Amino acid sequence: MTRKDNNPIVSLLSRIVSPFIMLFALYVIFHGHYSPGGGFQGGTMLAAAVLLIRLAAGREISQLQFKKSWGTPVGSVGVFIYFFTGFLALLMGGNYLDYSFLPLGLEAPVTRGWGILSIEIGVGLAVMGILVAIYDDLLEGEPND
Amino acid sequence: MHWQLEIVFFIVLITTAFIALDVKNLLVAVVTLSVFSFISALLYIVMGAVDVGFTEAVVGGGVSGILFIVLIFKTSRRSSD
Repeated sequence: MTRKDNNPIVSLLSRIVSPFIMLFALYVIFHGHYSPGGGFQGGTMLAAAVLLIRLAAGREISQLQFKKSWGTPVGSVGVFIYFFTGFLALLMGGNYLDYSFLPLGLEAPVTRGWGILSIEIGVGLAVMGILVAIYDDLLEGEPND
Repeated sequence: MHWQLEIVFFIVLITTAFIALDVKNLLVAVVTLSVFSFISALLYIVMGAVDVGFTEAVVGGGVSGILFIVLIFKTSRRSSD
């Protein structure tokens, strides 16, 4: 992070490990409603995979994976997914976040499952974007990185 | 239920907490704090709170350690004694 020399072992190992962390994070998010885990944990693991590449490879190379300007938009999209799912249920006549009123054309338990899944995806995107944005803002003034 | 395992975990937990408080090198303190967080996650899992333990392992062992390391490299120690 502060030195410019690149350790090949560290960069190679982080390059191998980071996609598997992302894959496990997606597993955690998509199985969040019937196993331990969920949106927050999965989003944090996605952010950890991105931050691992940022720590190991430096700032310029890690821009190829996740650009510095993407953090806040991804977080905003996650918050919008969460809000829109709740507000759609409100528009269809139920309470806020009452998933069984979502207009999917399925039975109530199946509709609740899909509603909770979309909530988890929104929370995961929001947590990932904001954590990466916090890291990038901490390293804002660094000249070479 | 697993009280022997819990005793071992508590001993390691308190030891890592004292090491993190006493050590002079801040990087060692951050690594020890990550170990503390991971051991406490194992304790939560032994006690049956799998979700809390998962959150503790991911946040305490992963992201907060990275943020602490970044802050250590951003600051500098000026001790003039």
